[in-house]
Amino acid sequence: MSSTYLGMPGRPVFGDGNLHATEAFPTAARRELGNAQLRANLGHATHTIRDKRLRVVAELPDWEELRDAGSAIKESVMARLPELLEEFEANFTARGGKIHWARDAAEANKTVRDLIRDAGADEVVKVKSMATQEIGLNEYLEEQGIAAFETDLAELIVQLDHDKPSHILVPAIHKNRTQIRDIFLREMPDVDPGLTNNPARLAEAARVHLRRKFLSAKVAVSGANFAIAKSGTLAVVESEGNGRMCLTLPETLITVMGVEKLLPSWQDLEVFMQLLPRSSTGERMNPYTSLWTGVTEGDGPQNVHLVLLDNGRSAALADEMGRSALHCIRCSACMNVCPVYERTGGHAYGSTYPGPIGAILSPLLTGITSEENASLPYASSLCGACYDACPVKINIPEILVHLRAEDVDSRRGTRKTPGQMDVAMKAASWAMGAGRRMALAEKALPLGKLAAGPDRKIKKLPGIAAGWTQSRDIPAPPAQSFRDWWGKERGKSAPGENAPTITRQKEKE
Amino acid sequence: MKIALFATCIVDAMYPSTARATVSILERLGHTVVFPAGQACCGQMHMNSGYFPEAVPVVRNHVEAFEAEDYDVAVAPSGSCVASVKHQHAMLARTIGDADLETRANAVGARTYELSALLTDVLGVTDAAAELGSWYPHRVTYHPSCHGMRLLRLGDRQADLLRTVEGLELEPLPQADQCCGFGGTFSMKNADVSSAMLADKNANIAATGAGLCTGGDASCLLHIGGGLSRQGSPISTLHFAEILASTRDNPAPAPDRIGSAAGISGKAGR
Repeated sequence: MSSTYLGMPGRPVFGDGNLHATEAFPTAARRELGNAQLRANLGHATHTIRDKRLRVVAELPDWEELRDAGSAIKESVMARLPELLEEFEANFTARGGKIHWARDAAEANKTVRDLIRDAGADEVVKVKSMATQEIGLNEYLEEQGIAAFETDLAELIVQLDHDKPSHILVPAIHKNRTQIRDIFLREMPDVDPGLTNNPARLAEAARVHLRRKFLSAKVAVSGANFAIAKSGTLAVVESEGNGRMCLTLPETLITVMGVEKLLPSWQDLEVFMQLLPRSSTGERMNPYTSLWTGVTEGDGPQNVHLVLLDNGRSAALADEMGRSALHCIRCSACMNVCPVYERTGGHAYGSTYPGPIGAILSPLLTGITSEENASLPYASSLCGACYDACPVKINIPEILVHLRAEDVDSRRGTRKTPGQMDVAMKAASWAMGAGRRMALAEKALPLGKLAAGPDRKIKKLPGIAAGWTQSRDIPAPPAQSFRDWWGKERGKSAPGENAPTITRQKEKE
Repeated sequence: MKIALFATCIVDAMYPSTARATVSILERLGHTVVFPAGQACCGQMHMNSGYFPEAVPVVRNHVEAFEAEDYDVAVAPSGSCVASVKHQHAMLARTIGDADLETRANAVGARTYELSALLTDVLGVTDAAAELGSWYPHRVTYHPSCHGMRLLRLGDRQADLLRTVEGLELEPLPQADQCCGFGGTFSMKNADVSSAMLADKNANIAATGAGLCTGGDASCLLHIGGGLSRQGSPISTLHFAEILASTRDNPAPAPDRIGSAAGISGKAGR
């Protein structure tokens, strides 16, 4: 390793890669909510996977212990990441692999481009990869005159449709079979014009389309689910076999992986091989697990490269409250149970990582720098379903709240006039900081009746509360608060901050 | 037993009848209820919206109000406020580096119970009709609020108590474990998503055929009830404490009579 200290890698720059949202969540969500077909597709798909996951998870009597083990392993990895990375590098290199460190998307993209050019190729086949999605590799390669072909069925559908993935595991979750048939008929050169929306027929069309690519490609690009430090081994977990084709057929294999994916040993992999398939696809075991350790002469790719990507991970790791977001194994269980994701889909989050994990991971990687990204931690009702579903027990609701505090703090003192929410929170803090002041505030409650009509409902409120009355009434407040009633009926004196507590013994009745 | 009532800000200000029902239930069981006068709010709204410094005086006030009083346990008719007292208060104290407040918040949190947890786990109530005289001859469905369900792990405690109310028919709610979309300031900041979640919740409630939806959190009921009211639905909402407190002699209002008048008048006798 270089002895020159180059400093901490920074956070991803806006416009570089696909981590930054370009519009605030509420705006994007409103647009997506208007798409009835999308909502129907999402509702159907998420509920199906959700039920499947619950069934297979219930089969394991030690599921909670497995979650604890997964969480503990990840925590220890984060605590000694630099040392594990060095161990991995030494072992991977010793077996003939080459390591390339990338601080950000630009460095990673350029490295991959150079490796492809060195191999004399102008097209590559790709295994579905969140890391390359994150850095915008496909778009970058296209600009550089290199064609990247996605080989995962759902990823292929999204790519052919010139769309963006809407889900980590099921990128085309927002499309139904008929929509997919239409895309194939429109975009696949030699497709059977009589193609129906039968799933087997659709899969066959994709298989025929891809086979030529697999057999001719000189270079493949993949991501990795896990990397084992002790042996320098990489692992890809998938369902369709396209990954196995990419990882074994081409001469050159370039893998792009986030630095957080490390596991100390093979023993640790055992835990995650139980957690991942059950959490993501609701299966006991995924159909294909490929593991490779460097280069084996005469078997598989002879040039094996790994681009180790930071892209904001060091910055996230430095956040004591938020760092456990890096435990994420990209299973997507959180988005399948999230009521917000279920209604808006992934595009509303504006980032490679949608859903609850995206709402914390994207701002942790990029920082709460723009209004767009800062809106993500608020894209949750804090219902907690994500935390319950997470196989590595990332406390997503707690991190959401932590990031909201970071957002509020970052805006303190920067505005000439505080926002409505700032004023309301300050006022409420004052009133709710003492029983006496709360009692005083409650004296004004009957005024609320004035806002209510003859039917005793408040139907329109101004400012930040207008969102509430868009679809909900508020009942007129009561004439008397409980505190007031208790003081008058039960207490000997009016409630006050320093007054003795009002008590009532049943015996005295 | 001497029980301190934490009325919670929303019940205190908007649903006094729920707090009065809570008092009535506990007194019927022969316990003494005290109301620590210094109490105001748990500060959850501030914390969940990211206003940590503004939450500090609110949390400090709650801790001081509840340690000033001599009592055995504290109770609140709200899963979400109890979850805040039990989990968030110490977390906030830790964030501002106040170890003393953290210890005190943990002590208050440890003896604070959600109403159904207190009734079943501490007071051993298993039959509301027999032990409380609960009588509510109506078709009711039940929404388990997220924080009670996931942060406090209340399980079926509230529903089990409701099942033992004389005359009450409990209709199962489809997709009961789905969030109603309230989420505090979420309902304002992401009003569209919140409304979409509420629409699905209320469609499920309507599908049960029940005339009323009950639950353990006034805020969720305010949200659900507000949506039903806007739709012009005849279905109303009522906190489960008021159903448990309802007797033949002093019945809680029937579903079709709650709406905007009887349920919030503050005059309904218990």
